[in-house]
Amino acid sequence: MSQKIIIQEAPFRMQDEYQKLKSVTRAVGAVAIFVGVVRDINDGADVHGLHLEHYPGMTEREIGKILAMAEDRWPLHAATVIHRVGALDPGDEIVLVGIAAGHRGDAFAACEFVIDYLKTRATFWKKEQTSEGEGWLTTREADLSAAATWEE
Amino acid sequence: MVKIVFFASIREVLGCASLDLNIGKGVSLSRLVAMLGEQRGELWCVALTAENVRVAVNQELVQGDPLLSIGDEIAFFPPVTGG
Repeated sequence: MSQKIIIQEAPFRMQDEYQKLKSVTRAVGAVAIFVGVVRDINDGADVHGLHLEHYPGMTEREIGKILAMAEDRWPLHAATVIHRVGALDPGDEIVLVGIAAGHRGDAFAACEFVIDYLKTRATFWKKEQTSEGEGWLTTREADLSAAATWEE
Repeated sequence: MVKIVFFASIREVLGCASLDLNIGKGVSLSRLVAMLGEQRGELWCVALTAENVRVAVNQELVQGDPLLSIGDEIAFFPPVTGG
């Protein structure tokens, strides 16, 4: 499986990533892409912006481990994870997970698996600016249970 | 010497992103935290032993109270919130 892990401040172009994923081999029959977007509301407060920081080095290693687990579970041809850091505004794309596989079932499942694990294991932290001030986000129960369902 | 790094809310509370510390052989993680508390004050002890603090040694999450080695990079951070 070819894999690409990038942490960057700059925006990404989904179309470019799709073209690369589908061109890895002619055996690709399905590409699933998840894109996470910054909401303008969270827990009832208006969100003006986000600041994202990460642990350079460890972040890439953790994402690498998640992709290796995905490759063990499903037959995949390629995987791409791009995560943005720094200042982001509502409406900005924050993360892209792209999976190329022979068949759609494997692509869908692996894509969901990777984003579920990324949210609970990859070393990123979000600080939110809202109408009520700014503060670091805490882990959502829903994210923990989403990742836990893969271990059942 | 070990390198100690702090992220997110912990970095902000401590007002410190990283520091180097001289330690001898066979120093445990809990001893390291106690040393930081002695040198830097009670706030450090409280912030680094809070229930939800995660610790990584050489960029691998650790549990319990491992022994540290010269040259290790020890990271303290809150639960992750990316994606």
